[in-house]
Amino acid sequence: MSSASGTTGASKPASTRAKPANKAESAADWVDGRLGIYTLAKSNLRKIFPDHWSFMLGEICLYSFIIIILTGVYLTLFFKPSMAEVVYHGSYLPLNGIRMSEAYASTMDISFEVRGGLLIRQIHHWAALVFVAAMLVHMMRVFFTGAFRKPREINWVFGFLLLVLGMFDGFFGYSLPDDLLSGTGIRFMEGAILAVPIVGTYIQMFLFGGEFPGMDIVPRFFTIHVLLIPGIMLGLLVAHLILVFYHKHTQWAGPGKTEKNVVGMPLMPVYMAKAGGFFFLVFGIIAAMSAIATINPIWAYGPYRPDQVSTDAQPDWYMGFSEGLIRIMPGWEISVWGGHTLNLGVMVPLAIFPMVLAAIAVYPFIESWVTGDKREHHILDRPRNAPVRTGLGAAWISLYLILLVGGGNDLFATHLHLSINSITYLVRVGFFVVPVLTFFVTKRWCLGLQRRDKDKVLHGRESGIIKRLPHGEFIEVHTPLNQKDLHSLTAHEQPQPLELPAETDENGVARKAGVVTKARVKLSEGFYGEGNQIAKPTTEEYQEITSGHGHH
Amino acid sequence: MSHDMSENLPEAHAASHGTEVAAHDDPFADPGLPAHEPRRTDIDERAAKRAERQVSLLFVVSMLATIGFIASYASIDADKLVYIFPLGHVSALNFALGMTLGVALFCIGAGAVHWARTLMSDHELPAERHAIEADDELRADVIEQFKTGAAESGFGRRKMIRNTLIGSMALVPLSGVVLLRDLGPLPEKKLLHTGWVLATPAKPIALVNMNTNQPMKPEDIVQGSLTFAKPEGLEESDETFQQQIAKDALMVVRIAPEDIKDANSAQLGFEGILAYSKICTHVGCPISLYEQQTHHALCPCHQSTFDLADGARVIFGPAGHPLPQLKITTDEQGFLVATGDFAEPVGPSYWERPR
Repeated sequence: MSSASGTTGASKPASTRAKPANKAESAADWVDGRLGIYTLAKSNLRKIFPDHWSFMLGEICLYSFIIIILTGVYLTLFFKPSMAEVVYHGSYLPLNGIRMSEAYASTMDISFEVRGGLLIRQIHHWAALVFVAAMLVHMMRVFFTGAFRKPREINWVFGFLLLVLGMFDGFFGYSLPDDLLSGTGIRFMEGAILAVPIVGTYIQMFLFGGEFPGMDIVPRFFTIHVLLIPGIMLGLLVAHLILVFYHKHTQWAGPGKTEKNVVGMPLMPVYMAKAGGFFFLVFGIIAAMSAIATINPIWAYGPYRPDQVSTDAQPDWYMGFSEGLIRIMPGWEISVWGGHTLNLGVMVPLAIFPMVLAAIAVYPFIESWVTGDKREHHILDRPRNAPVRTGLGAAWISLYLILLVGGGNDLFATHLHLSINSITYLVRVGFFVVPVLTFFVTKRWCLGLQRRDKDKVLHGRESGIIKRLPHGEFIEVHTPLNQKDLHSLTAHEQPQPLELPAETDENGVARKAGVVTKARVKLSEGFYGEGNQIAKPTTEEYQEITSGHGHH
Repeated sequence: MSHDMSENLPEAHAASHGTEVAAHDDPFADPGLPAHEPRRTDIDERAAKRAERQVSLLFVVSMLATIGFIASYASIDADKLVYIFPLGHVSALNFALGMTLGVALFCIGAGAVHWARTLMSDHELPAERHAIEADDELRADVIEQFKTGAAESGFGRRKMIRNTLIGSMALVPLSGVVLLRDLGPLPEKKLLHTGWVLATPAKPIALVNMNTNQPMKPEDIVQGSLTFAKPEGLEESDETFQQQIAKDALMVVRIAPEDIKDANSAQLGFEGILAYSKICTHVGCPISLYEQQTHHALCPCHQSTFDLADGARVIFGPAGHPLPQLKITTDEQGFLVATGDFAEPVGPSYWERPR
């Protein structure tokens, strides 16, 4: 970084800079004189990015976000965020003469009168679904490869906040058209707010500007949806990307790859073309999806009426797991403080909902505390080499999926001809049991894969060639691995669990370990202790086997 | 390939800057970056030319698709439907615009990626990482600077300034909080009553069939039926219709009197005709699915199930209490009427709700 104080004073007439070769260079010089772009470009223009298919998941998030903003701006040109009542007279005849809000009527107009309006609306909605899905999968990639470790914990939190904000902005967005389905979603939200102890009714009145549904909720949601949340998200997104550049990308272990370098291809030209091109691929696919697959056909639902509802009422998929929590919770309602009502049936799921999300958000901090690992990590872990982490992540996903099933229990019941009651009871049990089972199965699976890796390193790959020895024994010929694979399969570290400090200090004075320390040691044992990782092959083992003392 | 390409090959393994050593001491040693493997387009100019043509073709297809987009926009009616296998009848304009836009965008992306993969350099390069943490010297320097700045401000020494500043900063956001007060009215007793509260024995309010908009007579209500009703006088065109119907909506069922298990519930009804709030006590969805044989009503949102023959007791699902029941009778003309409000608030429960 050059410092500004070193530049020549304004009194000197001539610049010391070399004469620009052409117009483009002189334009760049002009900008550099004001913004210092050469310094900025020096470290970034040929910045190295490693290549792996899983690294493009984040790009899908970025691009779908851009698509959402572009199409969203277009939609605001036609959408009227108003709950004032109008009578519909448009080209969709089944609703002719029906009373509806301006919000719903203008969404009808976008869908039927504005040419291309339906397409943009569908791109907007499809892109939102893709956005949240891509964020979740991207987060899983980061989780299972340990890419959240130091120095990237803060970026993990930024990404997590983007996921949560993205989910809620999606909810606010599909609430805007004021159709029968979205109004039902808002009604649910009202009921959920009312369940908040002490201040619930106040929040409800203030949010809705009076009793449900009132005239204010759509315009208020509109401001939140198009300004407040996207504004915060844009800030977080920029910070997220700056940190990706600043930290440099993580990479898989492999020949020539170390914690001290990053191996890949330069931003200009390879990743400008690949990543830039990928934006168009994502946009193109979402546009084609919007051409062939209807999403949120509000004309089929009709305008919102608080006394009407359609069956199979479902939120968008990313809200499905919270819907599951709500549906499987028993209807507990208790009386407290002399006649006040505590609606546990709604409150408990509402409290678990953020806890499910927070569990994954705080994981990096918990792991680094348990393992005591304070070093920087730029080489990714293969999920199998971190069995406990992988098991916990899989357990989290299984919980999420179980709740999705719970959220769609009516669909499962009608489509699979099952009893909705049994599905619900099953999900209640599954909520507790399935994550635990998933954890243990995944962990065992990882250990099995570690054993297989060890076998491969020590004995080579099965070649499929059967050889008969002179004395008649048949053996399968194993092909030894090449240097590259030997290195890649053994490059991971195997940390040792923490140990309790000695019970007496150097002066012989008794020193008791606190509960926290004990818990930490126990957890660390759970991560790295005996039976929780398969010792990787040592040089001695390898030499012993390959030095020709027979092959068993 | 007729011509010899071997002369175009880079010198074999010259680029290997790895260390093949140490394999004896450490069989798992890092062999270093592998040598670059040339692609066909790197060594065969004809393959490179072909790739160039493919990329350009994709860009040309994109241009054509954009022209197609504009042509579709100008020529296809917004309400025209076409049959497209296997989608069925779809909006012709939406389909044409979406597909042309999709192709136009996709081909740009495919072209760019193909270009990068075939023609741009694919040499893998290492770049060094630098520690993110500052070294001790820099760290000490910054801490020193900070201490100097803090000392010069006197923030720690002049406690009166510090405390009053903290006080003022803590208070000033309150203005913002106060400004939120006018977002809405206070709850007061608004949730306690519905529109039926205006009914009195002297001035009862008739139950009006939601579909026919006519008052209801007991003899019109078939046993086993379920009808939705609203208070007389509440019209769709009313300014507050949505707020009113969100609380006043009724489910009117007729159950054989001997099937009604809850005596109190039977008493609130009229000859087996029972009027329950339609608003689910879970989170407020309107309940709409009725099973005639079992007298169970199911909320389609979260599947809370109420036994309407047993005082709308919750028999399944997340709802916390029964649906409130409206006391009904008939007036002198024989129409079903209510003479008062529900005995308890309708809809989802809340903190102040009496229990």
